[in-house]
Amino acid sequence: MEGVQQVLGSADNAKFFSAAIAIAAAALGPGLGIGYLVSKGLESIGRNPEAHSKIQTSMILGIAFTEAIAIYALVVALMILFK
Amino acid sequence: MEISIIAEKLFSIGGFSVTNSLLVAVTVAMALGLAIIVFSRNPKEVPYGTQNVVESVFEGLLSFIESITHDRKQARDFFPLVATIFLFVLFSNWSGLLPGAGTIGLNEEHAGRVVTVPFLRGPAADLNMTVALSLISVLSVQIFGIVALGIRGYASKFLVAPWKKPYVIGTVVGLLELIGEFAKILSFSFRLFGNVFAGEVLLTVMLSLVPYFVPLPFLLLEVFVGVVQAAVFSLLTIVFLKMAVTGHGEGAH
Repeated sequence: MEGVQQVLGSADNAKFFSAAIAIAAAALGPGLGIGYLVSKGLESIGRNPEAHSKIQTSMILGIAFTEAIAIYALVVALMILFK
Repeated sequence: MEISIIAEKLFSIGGFSVTNSLLVAVTVAMALGLAIIVFSRNPKEVPYGTQNVVESVFEGLLSFIESITHDRKQARDFFPLVATIFLFVLFSNWSGLLPGAGTIGLNEEHAGRVVTVPFLRGPAADLNMTVALSLISVLSVQIFGIVALGIRGYASKFLVAPWKKPYVIGTVVGLLELIGEFAKILSFSFRLFGNVFAGEVLLTVMLSLVPYFVPLPFLLLEVFVGVVQAAVFSLLTIVFLKMAVTGHGEGAH
């Protein structure tokens, strides 16, 4: 237990742990979100191939928004590591 | 292996510090402008040579914008802003991948440690540049909306009176949309910055692990990400522009 406390207590190590946990936890949500989004998009393209380009544009738009959320967490993790 | 989230300052002119990403950004902007001016000099009726390049690029961008706005006149109105943003972000992302970017630099002493300050750095890897671009984009959206709808018409999108149709819900939603406009500035800048800076970190780590051949797929990934992020930035700008110039009652919704 003391060893763990020592390891987690020092500032440098705490940086590594917190950055890793930040990005790992944050990759979960947008990963699932983009998966849902693309699956629904592909499904609707399959049902209506004529609307292909409209659906694709909206899908890419949605992907950009969802991915941005993971990027926010990535920026926080990088700030923790390199500041 | 030094990774700095802040763009490193190279020298200062007066009190204004010039960073390595600012240098590359100015170079890219001037090179783009010069290239397009030189290529489109003496335009001929039947395009020949480099005029072809400019025409095909512009035509591609115009049809891209038109595929989203479904309105040719609006596409031509939005074209200067969106095409500039797209081309500038694209070439600045790619310029961060050139050999020598991030590697060739001076050894300087910072807080007791010897750090390498590179001469070149991708402009989008500097939060200042991405915030500036997103401010330009969001402010232009507001200005386009005010020009199209008038100040009262545009303000009535955000400040809905509680005694008008959707009643109190309308007021709350309008205020939330106003806050959303500010959130757009943040999200635009962090999306671009996060993608490009994370790519730089990835490349630095990969190159420091295995210098030969293995980083090639990651370089290609970065080329692709550069294109995609430029496209997404301009796509979102077009969508917000379209939403801003559309009045309350019109629109496909």
